Amino acid sequence: MSQRCAKGDWVMIHQIILEPHERSKDIPEDTAKVPLEAWIKGWANDSAEVGQEVEITTPSGRITKGRLVEVNPGFTHTYGPAVPELNPIAQELRAVLKEAKNRG
Amino acid sequence: MARDTSYRAVMARQNEIMKKSLGMDYEEYVKGPIVFDYEAMMSGSGYTLEKVREIQREVGVGNTPLLELKNVTELVRRYAKPGYGARICVKDEACNPSGSFKDRRASVSLYHAAKKGYPGALAATSGNYGAAVASQAAMRNLGCIIVQEVFDSRHVGQPEIIEKTRKCEAFGAEVVQLTVGPELFYVALLLLEETGYFNASLYSPYGVAGIETLGYEIVEQCRARYGKDPAYVVVTHAGGGNVTGTARGLRKAGALGTKVVGASVDLTGLHMASDRDFNRKSFTTGHTGFGVPFATWPDRTDVPKNAARPLRYLDRYVTVTQGEVFYVTEVVATVEGLERGPAGNTSLAAAIPLAAELPEDEIVVVQETEYTGAGKHPQAQLDFARRNGVEVRRGDPRENVPGKRIVIPEKFSQLHVTEMPLDRMRRSYIRNAVQKNGLKEINAEEVQFLAEDSKLTPEEVCRILEELEVKVRA
Ligand SMILES: Cc1ncc(COP(=O)(O)O)c(C=O)c1O
Repeated sequence: MSQRCAKGDWVMIHQIILEPHERSKDIPEDTAKVPLEAWIKGWANDSAEVGQEVEITTPSGRITKGRLVEVNPGFTHTYGPAVPELNPIAQELRAVLKEAKNRG
Repeated sequence: MARDTSYRAVMARQNEIMKKSLGMDYEEYVKGPIVFDYEAMMSGSGYTLEKVREIQREVGVGNTPLLELKNVTELVRRYAKPGYGARICVKDEACNPSGSFKDRRASVSLYHAAKKGYPGALAATSGNYGAAVASQAAMRNLGCIIVQEVFDSRHVGQPEIIEKTRKCEAFGAEVVQLTVGPELFYVALLLLEETGYFNASLYSPYGVAGIETLGYEIVEQCRARYGKDPAYVVVTHAGGGNVTGTARGLRKAGALGTKVVGASVDLTGLHMASDRDFNRKSFTTGHTGFGVPFATWPDRTDVPKNAARPLRYLDRYVTVTQGEVFYVTEVVATVEGLERGPAGNTSLAAAIPLAAELPEDEIVVVQETEYTGAGKHPQAQLDFARRNGVEVRRGDPRENVPGKRIVIPEKFSQLHVTEMPLDRMRRSYIRNAVQKNGLKEINAEEVQFLAEDSKLTPEEVCRILEELEVKVRA
């Protein structure tokens, strides 16, 4: 993974939107202790190192600034491993349906 | 001079920002702290059912197939008492362009935004609605920003929501991913102010009018195929637009005998704004964490008066467990050949035990499906639950504990619903209406409004008010 972006690269930045003391008063204790953070993607307006502040232009055309966290950010979410609790359900119910059909 | 962008200052400008970004003045309909003309607000937008159908036809939204679930129905009849087990049909809303019924909502909002000359649209949602707005914006070549609540403070995200981020970006939208907290709306307001975008709120009359076609189509399809109306239409319920729009469509089609049953996943005990609880839930919509507060106080949203008012329409409200919905998701994939997303199967999980209550010649319609994908899938979600300390096992679904234990049923006949007492919810709505407005005394017109808004008689409202020690002026 590249540690540096060039102007025009697709990147992700991080911003602190509200520090804990700036947050809404109507939130649970655990949430009130942490800042409200944001991650936004767009095209870098300058070159920068990961960790440095950089300005981006977002897909909606907005210009905003934040700490560079990733160059060419992608997605790694998956379908996950097989779940043994779900795995046998098909066989169980198909057997029931087959039996129902045989009985007519 | 630079505008003050502090939390307090922006929230104080909320009404002004909303007015501009919705292009709608709610003052026209509001008659007092409690009373407003709901029907005038709904028709004031000018989007009749016919007009909405025309808009949706042009963008390929709606007219989804109604599929009969023959094998699921057979499985119900195997355990129902003789002669019982209604036919179960499902409206395959996953066939919409972005994969859920939310396209219906977005289609009207984006048509309106384009017509009024807004440069783009914004929605604050972690759900399917973001994808729907992004897809409709792409069709109309409008800008689009989706603000999502994605991560806890460890930067760990729900796989289901990360998939929604991906989908919105796939349609060319800008996605602002946030950590947990209701200040999502503050960020949305800031961005509306900055961009001049249309607020594609889930709760505007446009959004709710867009769903009426869904209820209407169900009646048309049932009548054409079976020559009768469904006994029950089961609706996955969260913020209440789905129940409201569908029920209005059923009524417009004249299906006055059809019962509207709301269904939510039971997440009792988990706090929706809690950083810790955020990743202990395996459902991000269709659950009681939205379903109950929105039904008992609809006007908690980003619009002055919410168009989604489910208590007006609900005949029954039931809950199911997370494990049951995952089970049913596996069932419908493997015995019906329909691989669909879990959250949209909430109403299917409820429909199964409900169908067992009814004779064989009745029809139960499950009102939607949603798309599935990486992350938004039982395997990904159960794996994530386990990694966040939630126990997953097979057993009796009654042993489910939200946030602690997900129980996948061992047998089809274990699927069950828990009744949510609507009377209690109606009463808590009335309590909210008087308390949030600080009223000790109300008049007859207000009693009449509360009765309509909660589907009670004025006499019942008066009895509740008496218990709350609120005086009714003659
Ligand atoms: C697939 C699906 N079903 C049901 C719902 C619930 O709709 P509503 O919030 O209008 O009650 C949602 C939205 O959150 C959804 O995405």
